[in-house]
Amino acid sequence: MAGFIVRRVLLLVPMLLVASLIIFLLLRLGPSDPAMDYLRLSKLPPTPEALEEARLFLGLDRPIAVQYLDWLWRALHLDFGVSYATRRPVLPDLLLFLPATLQLAGLALMLTLGISVPLGMWAARHRDRLPDQIVRLVAFIGVSMPNFWLGFLMVLLFSIELGWLPAMGRGSWMHMIMPASAIAFMSLAINARLLRASMLEVAGQRHVVYARLRGVPEKTVERSHVLRNALLPIITATGMHVGELIGGTLIIESIFGWPGVGRYAVSAIFNRDYPVIQCFTLLMVGIFVLCNLLVDIAYAYADPRIRLSAEGVE
Amino acid sequence: MTSRCLEISGLTVRTMCDGRERELVSGVDLALEGGEVLALVGASGSGKSMTCAAALDVLPPGTWRAGGTVELDGQVRTAREVRGAYVATILQNPRSAFNPVRTMRSHAHETLRALGMGRSGRNARVEAAMIDAGLEDVPRILALHPFEMSGGMLQRMMVALALMSEAPFLFADEPTTDLDLIVQREILDLLERLKKTRGLGILLVTHDMGVVARLADRVAVMDAGRIVETGPVMDVFHRPAHPTTRRLVDAHLSLYPTLSPAEPAT
Amino acid sequence: MSDLALPEKPAAASGRRPWLSLTGRFALALAATIIAVAVFGPWLTPHDPNAMDLTARLDGPSAAHWLGTDHLGRDILSRLFVGARVSLGSVAVTLSLILALGIGIGGAAGFLGGRTDQVIMRCADVFLTFPTLVLALFMVGMLGTGLVNVVIAIALSHWAWYARIVRGIVLSLKHRDFILASRLAGTGRLRIFWTHLLPATMSQLVVLATLDIGHIMLHVSGLSFLGLGIAAPTAEWGVMLNDARQFVWTEPHLMIWPGLALFISVMAFNLLGDAIRDRLDPHLRMEHAH
Repeated sequence: MAGFIVRRVLLLVPMLLVASLIIFLLLRLGPSDPAMDYLRLSKLPPTPEALEEARLFLGLDRPIAVQYLDWLWRALHLDFGVSYATRRPVLPDLLLFLPATLQLAGLALMLTLGISVPLGMWAARHRDRLPDQIVRLVAFIGVSMPNFWLGFLMVLLFSIELGWLPAMGRGSWMHMIMPASAIAFMSLAINARLLRASMLEVAGQRHVVYARLRGVPEKTVERSHVLRNALLPIITATGMHVGELIGGTLIIESIFGWPGVGRYAVSAIFNRDYPVIQCFTLLMVGIFVLCNLLVDIAYAYADPRIRLSAEGVE
Repeated sequence: MTSRCLEISGLTVRTMCDGRERELVSGVDLALEGGEVLALVGASGSGKSMTCAAALDVLPPGTWRAGGTVELDGQVRTAREVRGAYVATILQNPRSAFNPVRTMRSHAHETLRALGMGRSGRNARVEAAMIDAGLEDVPRILALHPFEMSGGMLQRMMVALALMSEAPFLFADEPTTDLDLIVQREILDLLERLKKTRGLGILLVTHDMGVVARLADRVAVMDAGRIVETGPVMDVFHRPAHPTTRRLVDAHLSLYPTLSPAEPAT
Repeated sequence: MSDLALPEKPAAASGRRPWLSLTGRFALALAATIIAVAVFGPWLTPHDPNAMDLTARLDGPSAAHWLGTDHLGRDILSRLFVGARVSLGSVAVTLSLILALGIGIGGAAGFLGGRTDQVIMRCADVFLTFPTLVLALFMVGMLGTGLVNVVIAIALSHWAWYARIVRGIVLSLKHRDFILASRLAGTGRLRIFWTHLLPATMSQLVVLATLDIGHIMLHVSGLSFLGLGIAAPTAEWGVMLNDARQFVWTEPHLMIWPGLALFISVMAFNLLGDAIRDRLDPHLRMEHAH
């Protein structure tokens, strides 16, 4: 297992390098001129002299490869430059907002898994009967519901009509219920249906019949043969849900006045504040890659076929 | 365990086909004594495996048991009571019959726990059963997953799981299909030995008359969901009464003319 | 007790099955209605969607304004109609772009093979790995805000899913006898791709594209909602929701209607996609969950 983890971590290095190169190149080769944006955000008139000076100051006159290596070198020292708009170092600002985003996305992930698993089991147990139909309906609403609208509807019901939950801000855990549920709803719905399908597939496999034939009680069969094996695709899907949930968090933050990176990033995108966009994207990529690494490790832990064949290569 | 006689009567299995109910197994009666091998033979699709599955209530989706009882020494039992405790099963194609993410140890302990056996005596019972089934290197094999084992080893492990349950009867559903010839012979030898030493009553489901000739005491022939002929193995081979039986025996003799039970009898 | 062991419900009697299921036909009707509203919206609207009437601000439903008016006195129903046009229009353009990119790049990868294929698919892998919304945000950051850029950004963050499918099918057909035969007969490569390989990919692409309509709609309006897409005066459902947020406490009806319009449209196309998938390609399931 240790060997497996080490090799997966080593694989991350080229992956992150390629991602950083793509991010850097696309931003530089994009249609707009960073020097121009720099002047605009600094509220300086874009005279030819000023442009020339900004270009020199930002190092845009050097070959692109040199620019990239320079940026990469500094990035490795955790220096992602200074925001054009605020003139403050980018990384500390982003790291200031990041915990709030991760907290919300993390709770949304817990809700997704914590609710979809029992829901999927319930549907699979009562296939084609009422519980299954209910879960099917919930799933259908879930995949069609814009999460930002769901957020509003929740505010309308629980804050305005009932007055149960605070509509804005970050403070107690009460503040997190609505945003996290709005983020989690779609992934939860997809996951519940996925688990249902997966359980029904496993339930038809021969090893389940053989377990029954050995006299294993139905409860144990369901838990340690059907559910245990049906959870494997759920682990893989969780990797995808993490991405969806982070994306959802970026949107939902703006509804609930949640002080996360989403609003900071959106204003940077709006302003074309390159250093911020660059650092934000790389940060998201890093988080996402890390989550996928955890998912892969969890999968290898849960499925000896992956774990042992990986060790066999050593 | 003192049960010496297992009786299946009036077993019927139905399915829905094109909107109409169809009978796959019709009123099958079988009796199995301890210490004998009863072979259930018939062409593929004649309902042999379905009969076993129905007796133990593990029918595939889309089919259901429409009637029939299972009696142990004259007492009617539910399939839940019978499974594992009185009737152990070994299946064909053992690779897909084991849970791919669990070790042999997990399978073994689960089986014993299901029979209500406490933690204390388990290891000894597991080891004895595995050695009896011809798996010598017990600690190493217990740590293996199905995908790390050969088909023959897995089939032996199935036999071992059946033995450790100490059930008096064994349903063996095509136990040698998909195995190479040497392993086939070893498994058949093993079953024969267990019949003699442990007094197991074995219901052997097969379409292979060679296996029947080798192992069976009595034969029941199935065709289209019905038992068409029952009798001692010699009678069935030498004086087949029903056309289906005759076809099966002829087909076998034309393939292996020297393997008929006349020879072992001499 | 558990139902996992019980028999599956027997399949319905075979016979003449309609091409689409009942829900499928319902979804088709709903989707057709939405498309009709999008196409004919400007002729159906009771009012000019951008005409402000500051004397009739934030009115409730009335005979003149069926769904009431917004904070600038604009008729909400008219704005919803025009919003359908923007939503569906941008989805149509986005999907055409995605299909063009997916077929072009995926076809090239599968058809040319070798190193070209490797380079293209490594790139595609990067796009397949990351969540589409984060990708789209980055692309908007690169291209700048505005509807056109949002459409391009969404297309750029989705093409790889289509390219992968096209490549897979082209690769599996490339060495079949009928392709080799027409190559021997001197048919050009592009022509072979056009006449033999492309049609084979169609059913899967149609399924994927229909299932993606709702997803892309949510992306377009989500980005507009964040203020990155369509600029304020244009009627678009995401923009309308963004406008409505300051009135959530006082005028909640403002945010009910655009959200409902978006929800129903997404649902209609999702239902339709499901029905078409069940019909054309029952094996393509859950694989494309983003």
